[in-house]
Amino acid sequence: MTVVILLVLPLAAAAISGLPWWRAGLAATIASSVGAFALSIAIAGDVLRTGAVEAIPKWIAVDGLTALMLLLIAFVAAMSALFSWGYMSRTVHEPARMRIYFANFNLFVFSMLAVPVFVEPTLVWITVELTTVCSALLVSFENTHEALEAAWKYVVLSLMGAGVALLGFLVLFAAMQAAGGGDYTWDGLVAAAPRMHGVLLATAFALVLVGLGTKVGLAPMHTWLPDAHSQAPSPVCALLSGVETITVLYVILRLVPVLSGAHDSNVKTWTTVFGLLSAGVAAFLLLQVRDYKRMFAFSTVEHMGIILLAAGLGTASARYGALYQAMTHALTKSFCFFAAGVALLVVGTREIASVRGLIRTSPVAGATLLIGALAIAGAPPFGIFLSEFSIFRAGLAEGRYWTMGALVLFVVIAFFGILLQVNRMVFGEGSGDAPVAPIPRTCYAALACSGALVIAFGFYLPQPLDRLLRLGALALGR
Amino acid sequence: MNVLLSLNTLAGGLFLLTAFGTVATRQARGSLNLFIAQSFLLASSALLLGIEYRSEHLYGVAAVNVVAKIILIPWILRRTLHEEVYTRREIDQVMNIPSSLLAALVLTFAAFFMTGPLQQALAPQFRGTNIPVGFAVLLLGAFTLAVRREAVPLLIGLLAMENGAFFAGISLARTMPLLVELAIATDGLIVVFIAGVLIRAVHQHIGTTEIGALTRLREVSAAVEEEVA
Repeated sequence: MTVVILLVLPLAAAAISGLPWWRAGLAATIASSVGAFALSIAIAGDVLRTGAVEAIPKWIAVDGLTALMLLLIAFVAAMSALFSWGYMSRTVHEPARMRIYFANFNLFVFSMLAVPVFVEPTLVWITVELTTVCSALLVSFENTHEALEAAWKYVVLSLMGAGVALLGFLVLFAAMQAAGGGDYTWDGLVAAAPRMHGVLLATAFALVLVGLGTKVGLAPMHTWLPDAHSQAPSPVCALLSGVETITVLYVILRLVPVLSGAHDSNVKTWTTVFGLLSAGVAAFLLLQVRDYKRMFAFSTVEHMGIILLAAGLGTASARYGALYQAMTHALTKSFCFFAAGVALLVVGTREIASVRGLIRTSPVAGATLLIGALAIAGAPPFGIFLSEFSIFRAGLAEGRYWTMGALVLFVVIAFFGILLQVNRMVFGEGSGDAPVAPIPRTCYAALACSGALVIAFGFYLPQPLDRLLRLGALALGR
Repeated sequence: MNVLLSLNTLAGGLFLLTAFGTVATRQARGSLNLFIAQSFLLASSALLLGIEYRSEHLYGVAAVNVVAKIILIPWILRRTLHEEVYTRREIDQVMNIPSSLLAALVLTFAAFFMTGPLQQALAPQFRGTNIPVGFAVLLLGAFTLAVRREAVPLLIGLLAMENGAFFAGISLARTMPLLVELAIATDGLIVVFIAGVLIRAVHQHIGTTEIGALTRLREVSAAVEEEVA
């Protein structure tokens, strides 16, 4: 029942946001997103106690992986709602546009929370498509030439991918029927996989991987991602880059155990090729970016590649590493976009070359941007260092030296790419005494909350969260 | 081969033909009409297969398609978009019509070739024209998206991809719950509405309907433009 309330909350907030007083919408957005986070903690607690919760048999169920996704989405949504308060009231002045923003924001959060909750693959496909249509108007929100172009590319490429993925899910359904039927759910698929025809299963997986991979931003289908993730307002970027990508990747990951159940399975090849390609392409593109929001967007492409690669490796520790990386990515990337949003408020430009000596013009913006860059690039002592390290260790234990060697190379290139740019922005010689806009108080609050977790998770992983990650990793294996 | 299945093959052939039409039509209104014809053929195929295999579920698919794609989607498009958008013809072409038709033909052959092993893996009653034709239309829709610039033909290309997936789907997944079918149709309506709003915003703020020709967002050109300015 809690799961249903979790879904109703953002819908109610969206309805309230439509009312003529935008402050009511703002209050409802913050209340509902904080409420949703509290509920997702309660759900995770239930799952840790009982293993899995089923709300509506064959349609809605929550296991460890679902609970983890809900927790991440709800946390980033709550932070982003808080950040939106200060950021949007600074940048938008018409009440009507505020109402549109908050209504769309809540619908987008609803669509993301719905993805992991459903267990029927075609319904999940619909929720993924809803995440695209609900966020399209958020990407185009600023109505500039660039924002509209980015939104159009985002919608067209994501929906193209969705068409391909739909065919994949229909082939999967046919494969299941041919193998004697059963419940068309994630669990049902895993159970039926050994009986399914290898060709049908491989075709379905390839179609879903390419189709949904477009929306995740896997190379070479990533071209829209840096545009959309840099043109949207910063709190929306935090949602898009931090959690929307892993929410869609989650759907692909659900099929990994299904495919590895087939007897002549080549799931490892698929995930390795797309994973390495994404990490490599993103690493080299990171060296030549000129816009700091695009830089963080490319780093998302890199991380999606790493997670996909790790999930396909085939050992329990690698699967644990994949989910660990998904968690640290969601927390750190949203923090990075909050820092980038604050920097944008302060200096008013997205161009790396025009920002120099940020630590002197605005110590808060400079310091958070530096922490975000170090954390996202994978420097110790931050969470991403630990999660990437656990993936390397798992890969080496499996004897995949070449793959891991290439991955280390790409991670190192990306590390230097990001830090070179940010170092110039933060410490470079600059004018230094340009007029500086003050930072809204709620932006400080959002930065402090998510920053505290980014730093804390580098030293300490709470024991219940560790158990949840282990439970989630079970769903990725057979 | 009985009459119903022959009629279904005919519907499949015509369905494929409409996809070629969307690749070649220059006029926005023409592509919308082709899409309506295509959706009608999809519904007929669902009806024919439904009678042949006595599946009420496929009757449902046919009905949902008629309501959503033949009535509601054209209505939403007429409501959200300005009349001017429909009368536009494409002037600059990415690829001329003969070569784009030739490329479309190659894609169709590729689709038939690719689905060969898939057909082998299926039980006989699931095989048929629907699967290769559906794959081909999916590819042709994607191809339309690559070579067109005007807003409405691009949107039709997207919808054609979904039609293609469904055309294969009515043969592959005959017992899919109707709830799912209804949800997918509703979702299609939302997609069209949002795309319409975006197209209108581009028309309003940038003053063009050649939405595919927007190329300001690139890695290097931004800095070059800056220098020129």
